[in-house]
Amino acid sequence: MNYATAPIQTTGQIALPAWRSRLLFLLLLGALAALLARAVYLQSINDGFLQQKGDARYGRIVEIHAHRGMISDRHGEPLAVSTPVESVWASPADVEVSTKQILQLANIVGLSPAEVKSKLSDTTREFVYLKRQLPPEQAAKVVKLGIPGISLQREYRRYYPGGEVTAQLLGFTDVDDNGQEGIELALQAQLGGKAGSQHVIKDRRGYIVEDVASLRAPKPGVDVALSIDSKLQSLAFREVKQAVEQHKAKSGSIVVLDAKSGEVLALANWPSYNSNNRDKPSPSILRNHAVTDEFEPGSTMKPFTIATALEAGKIRPNTVINTAGGALTVNGRTIHDTHPQRALTVGQVIQLSSNVGAAKIALSLPPETLWHALNEDGFGSPTGSEFPGEAPGKLRDYKKWRPIDQATIAYGNGIAVNLLQLARAYTVFANNGELKPITLLKQETPPLGSKVYSDATAQEVRDMMETVVKPGGTAPLAQITGYRVAGKTGTAHKLENGKYVDRYVASFVGLAPASNPRLIVAVMINEPSGAEYYGGLVAAPVFSNVMGASLRLLGVPNDAPLDNVIRTLGEMIKEDA
Amino acid sequence: MARINVLLLILVIACALGVVTSQYKARKLFVELQQEKDRAQQMDVEWGQLQLEQGTLAMPARVEKLAGNQLQMQMPQSGQIRYVRIDSGMVVRP
Repeated sequence: MNYATAPIQTTGQIALPAWRSRLLFLLLLGALAALLARAVYLQSINDGFLQQKGDARYGRIVEIHAHRGMISDRHGEPLAVSTPVESVWASPADVEVSTKQILQLANIVGLSPAEVKSKLSDTTREFVYLKRQLPPEQAAKVVKLGIPGISLQREYRRYYPGGEVTAQLLGFTDVDDNGQEGIELALQAQLGGKAGSQHVIKDRRGYIVEDVASLRAPKPGVDVALSIDSKLQSLAFREVKQAVEQHKAKSGSIVVLDAKSGEVLALANWPSYNSNNRDKPSPSILRNHAVTDEFEPGSTMKPFTIATALEAGKIRPNTVINTAGGALTVNGRTIHDTHPQRALTVGQVIQLSSNVGAAKIALSLPPETLWHALNEDGFGSPTGSEFPGEAPGKLRDYKKWRPIDQATIAYGNGIAVNLLQLARAYTVFANNGELKPITLLKQETPPLGSKVYSDATAQEVRDMMETVVKPGGTAPLAQITGYRVAGKTGTAHKLENGKYVDRYVASFVGLAPASNPRLIVAVMINEPSGAEYYGGLVAAPVFSNVMGASLRLLGVPNDAPLDNVIRTLGEMIKEDA
Repeated sequence: MARINVLLLILVIACALGVVTSQYKARKLFVELQQEKDRAQQMDVEWGQLQLEQGTLAMPARVEKLAGNQLQMQMPQSGQIRYVRIDSGMVVRP
């Protein structure tokens, strides 16, 4: 082994110096040592690098999709379901395609051949969507073309069986299945799934051969059951749509509440849109008018004024109010009645919807008392429905009230509400003076409310509201065969730039059966521009149709004989405000 | 001494082959598991689609339209409804 010291047999001509072989030996030894050091370094000290390179050859991190929860109605009927669709994507650099294939491809994905070409022309990009969310059959056709560099990616899309019936209520999701509007947005945290990821080993053909580690477990979205009853929803939608079209109105909304639990059983608007279409209409149609828009309620406020005065002991149901021939001047402004009377009982103020009567009753109360009661009825604060973009309504501070303000609030001017809020406020009359919280989610046990009025007051006002639908009241069209109805009409002038104009909001809010209310229905028709615009003529029939059919659908026992409906031939009592 | 070495060598080879076969079996089973998982997911998807289809077919608006157009059914007017009272056992005519 000791070459360096071994004597070198020379041929006799040249004797190589001994140090050369020694130097060579040392150099080789040094190189060996360097190699060894490098090997040790790579394999035991900095072993991560090679490991990583190796992993990159066969290890893959795959996404595990977590699907979005289903929204169903209270009976489990699906209202919104996510189902997979395929998206077509291309890696332009790898695409080899003939002109004929481009034509076929464009045909399948529904783009023009020029668009497809331009998408494929940018060869610096590695990922271009050709078309997102294609139905599986069409996606299969794309695969059949067998163009290299074009592949499919599975995505999820939301479908709404109800379409326009539930459009504004449910809202919709974006292309990545995140909630954008309505309940989809409000309940995003529960509905939205969190995708997981998994470290796996794939073989050459792309099959997963081993599960290495779970990096993040997927968290699928939770299914949500709404309080909505899809039968009532469909019924309410149909009726409100018909009324808006019949009266050439701008829009219409309807809310059906379970009077005992405060659950929203139906909430519909017209005009509406088909939420299954990707192209969305203008924002004004996307809005859920029943919750996001506030309006001056008009006479539907009167029962609250009366109830507050009854509660405060200022009046009794048969107290006679001097209605001064239908005109009352406060702070230089005159309040009018459409049916001037010298004097009316408190019951008649409701039945005939007297503005003067309501104003006088309100003025007999300290502002603070009225404000407190209205505040406790839920006016001026959000309903707690947690619907995105809910309008809180307006109830100004009583310290800033002038007498005229107090007088007009009595009949629903100078105060703004949303329809859901108004419907909720009526739960006080359905539940012996208890205001129920509103919810869009199915409840197992009825939630606790807060007491606003005494049992007796609630009962008295309910009795008064029953006279509204009798002949001689403002809404005989709200009568329902076999059931007693209590309700109140509203016909409010619209406020534009601080001035009242001759355009109206016709409304009706009612409860039935009056002996033991099960449902509350609130109808609002915005700017009816046909021959009629009174709440009793425009909104009351919608109420009657929806309430009657709903009570029958729910199998609520009759509380009136079946010949209770009295049709009057004479002129109906009309009201303004 | 040589004997025990040979024995150990055979043992090591046997173990090594064991590792290879069990690894192979594990991978095969894993692929099967993966296929079953895929199948489960496929069924899940189908279940969702069927629910969706049922929901669409059973929409009250559609049912009503079919009942009216194909079966010539209509909502009874209040005068056409008879209520059967369980308590008195007699039929009440409106």
